[in-house]
Amino acid sequence: MNAGTVPAPHRELGLTDSEYELICDRIGRVPNGVELAMFSLMWSEHCGYKHSRQLLKTLPTEGKAVVMGPGENAGAVDVGDGLVVAFKVESHNHPSAVEPFQGAATGVGGILRDVFAIGARPIAILDSLRFGELDSPRSQFLLDRVVGGIAHYGNSIGVATVGGEIAFEAPYEHNCLVNAMCLGIGPRDKLIRSAAAGIGNVIVLFGALTGRDGIGGASVLASAELGEGDAAKRPSVQIGDPFEEKRLLECSLELLDGGLLRSLQDLGAAGLTSSASEMASKGEVGIDIDVARVPLREPGMEPFEIMVSESQERMLCVVEPDRLQAVLDVCAKWEVRATAIGEVTDTRHMRIFSGDEVVGDIPVEALVDDCPVYTLEPEAPSEPIYPRPPARVEPPVDGEELLLELLRSPTVASKRWAYEQYDTLVGSRTVRRAGAADAAVLQLAPDGGRGAIATAIDGNGRRVAIDPYTGTVENVLECARNLACVGAEPLGLTNCLNFGNPEKPHIAWQLTESVRGLGDACRALGVPVVGGNVSLYNEGSEGPIYPTPIVGMVGWLPDPERVPSSAFVEEGHEIALIGPYRPSFAGSETEKLTGGLADGLPPLDLEEQGRALGVIRDAAREGLVASAHDISEGGLGVTLAESCMGGGLGARVELPHTGFAPLVFGEGAGGVVVSGTGAAMAELERRLGAESFFRLGVVGGDRLEIVKADLTQAGEAALAASGAPEEVAQAFRNRLPDSVPAASLSIPVADLTVAFESGIPAKFS
Amino acid sequence: MKFGVIRFPGSCDEVDALLACERFGDAELLWHGDRELKGADVVVVPGGFSYGDYLRAGAIARFSPVMEAVSEFAAGGGLVFGICNGFQVLCEAGLLPGALLPNEELRFICRQMDVVVENADTPFTRTCARGERLSIPMKHMSGRYYAPGEQLDAMEANGQVVLRYAPGGPHNGSARDIAGVTNEAGNVMGLMPHPEHAVDPLTGSTDGGKLFESLAREAAAVAA
Repeated sequence: MNAGTVPAPHRELGLTDSEYELICDRIGRVPNGVELAMFSLMWSEHCGYKHSRQLLKTLPTEGKAVVMGPGENAGAVDVGDGLVVAFKVESHNHPSAVEPFQGAATGVGGILRDVFAIGARPIAILDSLRFGELDSPRSQFLLDRVVGGIAHYGNSIGVATVGGEIAFEAPYEHNCLVNAMCLGIGPRDKLIRSAAAGIGNVIVLFGALTGRDGIGGASVLASAELGEGDAAKRPSVQIGDPFEEKRLLECSLELLDGGLLRSLQDLGAAGLTSSASEMASKGEVGIDIDVARVPLREPGMEPFEIMVSESQERMLCVVEPDRLQAVLDVCAKWEVRATAIGEVTDTRHMRIFSGDEVVGDIPVEALVDDCPVYTLEPEAPSEPIYPRPPARVEPPVDGEELLLELLRSPTVASKRWAYEQYDTLVGSRTVRRAGAADAAVLQLAPDGGRGAIATAIDGNGRRVAIDPYTGTVENVLECARNLACVGAEPLGLTNCLNFGNPEKPHIAWQLTESVRGLGDACRALGVPVVGGNVSLYNEGSEGPIYPTPIVGMVGWLPDPERVPSSAFVEEGHEIALIGPYRPSFAGSETEKLTGGLADGLPPLDLEEQGRALGVIRDAAREGLVASAHDISEGGLGVTLAESCMGGGLGARVELPHTGFAPLVFGEGAGGVVVSGTGAAMAELERRLGAESFFRLGVVGGDRLEIVKADLTQAGEAALAASGAPEEVAQAFRNRLPDSVPAASLSIPVADLTVAFESGIPAKFS
Repeated sequence: MKFGVIRFPGSCDEVDALLACERFGDAELLWHGDRELKGADVVVVPGGFSYGDYLRAGAIARFSPVMEAVSEFAAGGGLVFGICNGFQVLCEAGLLPGALLPNEELRFICRQMDVVVENADTPFTRTCARGERLSIPMKHMSGRYYAPGEQLDAMEANGQVVLRYAPGGPHNGSARDIAGVTNEAGNVMGLMPHPEHAVDPLTGSTDGGKLFESLAREAAAVAA
């Protein structure tokens, strides 16, 4: 066997000595260069999930709406009328840290392919981004280029970018996070799986030419820590071509519509190696591939390079021989290059040919299933892992100034600069676009006839860093609450687990606790996990990132016409705080601004939270509330300010003396600010009971006034019960800097808006 | 009456345009490789990134076989409506005056905008009133309309500037805030904002429907 030039030895490919020995043992000989390259990718963390597989098995995956669960290119849930929504989130962190524009662009390209690979037409993109503090020039550069890359790819291919979130924290300075989520829609009976089937069927590669870009991306970039000399890794970042993908998308959907394919798979990390061996593994067959038939972008590529190239915009399909010509014709119509490069065999081996010569021969099982699985060795850290953030406001702080400072802080501030660069409209489905509601709402048919789906993506790394279990539970709750605020019931969840190096015990502990929280929250809310992605080794010389699980959810609602706004709608409407909301300063933006980092979060009652979500959802669905906006980063003060700014309306609210400051500036799960007619609020109070309902005030005027009031004893008791019970105060209020203000606030809405819009400058130098 | 909506490789808003047209008449997609217009009374050249906008927005699509048919159709007085990328294609094809340059800030901008009707006496705007404001979203990378000053003067004098961005502008740097223009004969129009995304109350506005309605009425009147 001659494999051409032998690539670097196993260690340089990211394999340990014991893994190398296991490979030799498993195939009964020393692997040649092609085989070693293939193993190094399939056994990388990125493809093999060797540090996370055992944890992921603990997540609930069953649900009444689930059509496809984890293991396929994307998860899919039934939304009625014979339609499914397919969705998945995936990371492209390290490529984006090395080359942000193309890294982010190809992140979008990759997740789109995952969705249309199962036969769904992509209809929406959401992104979750993390950078270092925005005053760092590097963070400004990364933000500018990442947003530009997402816009370039999503806009050019004609898929609406409808939502997302961006946060700035020092631990992401050297390791930004770029997670992209895609939703697609398709007929349930046209969905296709990736398992190869039918001995003798033809393997067709279609799409872009294969080049040397992205070689070793999955192992070199995605499965190792970032460090010095990353510029030298730039050739491992792929270059995206959205026009190629647009044709590939239309071509793939037309092939599926015509029933011409037996199975379909996109080429992502580890290129042909991963796609072909996964197809063979799932179909329990073998596959022969002739690399000499693969159309190349540059001459002289070695067989191993062809097998591991991560060139973008390529798909692999299985075709019955008598349909091959029809497949090639459709590809020609869309000007998509298509080539038969191999066939399905009964050998259960991946055999790689270069013309007549065999250059690689590996049992599929060894490549796909025998990847070693490591047991994590979690250990809670004895000392804090992360330094406290520098204080940005000096005590004593005036309450009004603090609220403006919160609105100005880039994590809370308006993201208009980013989302106005995205096409949010293409597809004619966007009922609520970014910034107009807590979740994006997309109608399934024109004029809202078949109902709508709602989707949101959320993460809060700082709170997960403080308490990996509770922080992750809160994370799931926030996403579900965002859906509830538009009246949607969650049908499924996708997640991307962004963590540091799992071989370190404290990171293993973060990961273990976080996944436990994810599982518990999903079980309590009855939301199945239908897919996801794991991104480990997110650390640089400065230490690990905050542990950042990102969750994306998709839900359904019957009538998009009734979806409440996140902004106040009408003067005179009553405002209420609903839900089991017990804010504290632990993990809050105010704590960060004052230079603190708590070492724990108050515990939550998942059952109580789930019940409240149901009431909120029904109220939104029935059109009972005119506005609904969940309390998240920044707390109640920021939430009220956002509802005022969005509607261009003021508000006057009254809060009790007891716990005034944590109520205005603290944070916690479970709270939603709603507004509506007096009758609607009375009905809501009846449904929720006094413990989860507190009347705050009235919409009107041109100022936001938050008044410290002498409430009746009953009123104060009610808010104290839902707001800041004494045990929470005991545990957490003592961390409250004495200087956090407790006086009434009154700020013109226009001033709020100026602060809110100034957090992310419209132009970077 | 019947609308024909062209689909180039890389078109993105052709289905949106088709859905909008179907609210006011029959509508059918036209394939870029065909030289016929399937009996369409109005041809819509939709938005998107035809041929990836490589080389220059619209520069490659203008060589499509279907554009030969569109040129002949326009020369015979047929109604042609280019939206966003379609406007760029029609400029590249020489069916409309001027050119569309990259936005001043070199960024894509997506925003709900008001445009003001400058000329309500065209086949595209007859259901509108002069001075009326229409809420129609814009979303483009290269929407900065440019033509030499004298040509702009002549176009204004001839009523070819049909829609202008309302004061406060889109900040794309468009000459004289121009959003939409016609050719000299008045049967070919290009518009950067997207009326096809302003036909369904649930997605924001229905003002864009007025342009399609005008076209449908005009075509029906010609046929009658």
